Amino acid sequence: MNKSTKQQIEDITSSEYQYGFTTKIQEERIPNGLNEEIIKTISAIKNEPDWLLEWRLKAFQRWLKMSEPKWSNLKYPKIDFQDLCYYSAPKQKKKLNSLDEVDPELIKTYNKLGIPLNEQKMLSGVAVDAVFDSVSVATTFKETLKKAGVIFCSFSEAVQNHPDLIKKYLGTVVPISDNYYAALNSAVFSDGSFVYIPKGTKCPMELSTYFRINAANTGQFERTLIVADEGAYVSYLEGCTAPMRDENQLHAAVVELVTLDNAEIKYSTVQNWYPGDKDGKGGIYNFVTKRGLCKGYKSKISWTQIETGSSLTWKYPSCVLKGDNSIGEFYSVALSNNFQQADTGTKMIHIGNNTKSTIISKGISAGNGQQTYRGEVKVMKNAINARNRSECDSILIGSKSGAHTFPYLDIRNSSAKIEHEATTSKIGEEQLFYCNQRGIDTEDAIALIINGFCKSVFKKLPMEFAVEAQKLMEVSLEGSVG
Amino acid sequence: MLKIKNLTAGVDDKNILNNINLNINSGEFHVIMGTNGTGKSTLGNILAGKDNYNVHSGDIVYKDKSIINLSPDERAHEGIFMSFQYPVSIPGVNTMHFLRTAVNSIRKSKKQDEIEPGDFIKLFKEKLELIGLKSEFSKRSVNDGFSGGEKKRFEIIQMLLLNPDLIILDETDSGLDIDAIRIVSNGINAFRNKNKSFILITHYNRILNYLKPDFIHVMLNGTIVKSGGRELAVELEEKGYEWIK
Ligand SMILES: Nc1ncnc2c1ncn2[C@@H]1O[C@H](COP(=O)(O)OP(=O)(O)OP(=O)(O)O)[C@@H](O)[C@H]1O
Ligand SMILES: [Mg+2]
Repeated sequence: MNKSTKQQIEDITSSEYQYGFTTKIQEERIPNGLNEEIIKTISAIKNEPDWLLEWRLKAFQRWLKMSEPKWSNLKYPKIDFQDLCYYSAPKQKKKLNSLDEVDPELIKTYNKLGIPLNEQKMLSGVAVDAVFDSVSVATTFKETLKKAGVIFCSFSEAVQNHPDLIKKYLGTVVPISDNYYAALNSAVFSDGSFVYIPKGTKCPMELSTYFRINAANTGQFERTLIVADEGAYVSYLEGCTAPMRDENQLHAAVVELVTLDNAEIKYSTVQNWYPGDKDGKGGIYNFVTKRGLCKGYKSKISWTQIETGSSLTWKYPSCVLKGDNSIGEFYSVALSNNFQQADTGTKMIHIGNNTKSTIISKGISAGNGQQTYRGEVKVMKNAINARNRSECDSILIGSKSGAHTFPYLDIRNSSAKIEHEATTSKIGEEQLFYCNQRGIDTEDAIALIINGFCKSVFKKLPMEFAVEAQKLMEVSLEGSVG
Repeated sequence: MLKIKNLTAGVDDKNILNNINLNINSGEFHVIMGTNGTGKSTLGNILAGKDNYNVHSGDIVYKDKSIINLSPDERAHEGIFMSFQYPVSIPGVNTMHFLRTAVNSIRKSKKQDEIEPGDFIKLFKEKLELIGLKSEFSKRSVNDGFSGGEKKRFEIIQMLLLNPDLIILDETDSGLDIDAIRIVSNGINAFRNKNKSFILITHYNRILNYLKPDFIHVMLNGTIVKSGGRELAVELEEKGYEWIK
């Protein structure tokens, strides 16, 4: 084996290292709590320029003056923000020798999801052998992207290598004072991803595939920034269908997207955080701020999300339609089972003329799951000919689950055309009986009916993930009927 | 094949069916006729095991075993099929995917391997053609937006693919055009053999001309009040139900 191949394997199998941490830093421990000193330390560890430290400190000052939002429909114990550790160097996970050492329950789930063996190994931290062909795949990726002029790297790397781009766009979509969790993230964010697609470039590949191989190393306070320059296009997929466990209970990520004239970003999320056990213990609290700015003429941003995980989800991917003729889309499937709670939705803010937005939201509640959909459509005074179509459907399984829909409309220009449709239905006894009569048992029948219910959203996912998402629904719904 | 013994059943404590007795041997074709709301569909639902109906007394013996404690899917695995009077639509669920799932569920219950997807597609298209539905139906969602007659044809296609032994046809002829009655009847007749038994619920004599049933039963107020041969249906068509009451 030549040296460069060996190096590549190292890069891939120990992605914790790829962001350039030194051994010394790894040994460093930061005490719990949040204050200016802690933020300075984080910034210093990451060797950040002064302006970024100042930016963090400003965010911190704003955060101190804010209070946790109370308006959502979520119920959870109070989080003590002074009792959290805001920086821990990524630990090198103990490598396992084979899949036999992995929790058999996890393997069962992987198999049900149809995740290939090699990826199972990656995900569960089993050392992978040299023939793992993703090595060459990943190298080819990097080369192809480089040739196209696409920048795709960790946020920390981007701060070092592309400071001008970061400075130009960071916080322009989600300002530091936007909300409690965004302010917190701005003060303490650890790492994340940065993507820049240059003028007139169609990103030569779905950025999803790359992620799957690298088993995206998500942190507690992740920061993502994607910029599509004039006429550029990119499809980005975050997350994966495999269940993700994390020792950090609180997650507060920020994602900012910017599209210039005629550019398009398609951002898909398949998130399957550990939802907690049957009683909801140990699950992840996920407070995310995701927003896209259609800055340029005829630019387009679409959010597609499949949410089945977390014990608590608070998330509203939004679009600010500033450029004339810009388009915003939101397609969502959210499932809450057992004691999961989800409060999600979107905001479409029409500022430019002839802007168009589409919202399709499918909520599924099973067990004791609670679902809240919150959608806001805002048309500013000078936005002529804005169009919005919203379709929010909820389906309930069992009698203890709940669905709540809160559409907010704020229309300040009379030329706007807004259509809103909402339905809530119980999974039909007649439909279940029909399936049963054909020999399909109730569990399979529910999966079948729910997948049918979600089809219009699944269709928006990149092909390979549509199939997985479907399986994911089935696995997540297991045991939802007695 | 099927023995219904002193069956009294209904919803909650309310009786819809009162003391029904019916014997159906392998290979026989029985017809149940009767006024609206008399309990014909209820009988079909109870045979198929629908949840919200209760058997208050009596028994249903199918292939020499009582089935009243079996779930609907278990009964389907045992070979019971019902063509619904009002088939429900399942939006977003592809017809072919649905039926393949059904066929495989039944095969699995018999410890058989799953059917090859390619073989199934061929089989499905063949049946679509036989019963006169365009092959585009393999791309549609189950009963979603189907016309009344298309739904009834699709029920028969399902029967052909699932290959059951006891078939309950609840008003399969209602909503079918004159040609469709012939096409569907031919499909059913080709499927008949000495191991399969039928219960057809209908209001009209027309389809019986094609199906040539062995027995006609008249159900009124949840009970069978008269049984006879083919001629009974002709008589009913002429005189209505008053004279039996
Ligand atoms: N789930 C139910 N809950 C309450 N009443 C019911 C239920 N199912 C059936 N019934 C009642 O029982 C009676 C018999 O209904 P059923 O559908 O069996 O009639 P039918 O003989 O099939 O009539 P038709 O010829 O109109 O199809 C009707 O009065 C009906 O309203
Ligand atoms: Mg009826």
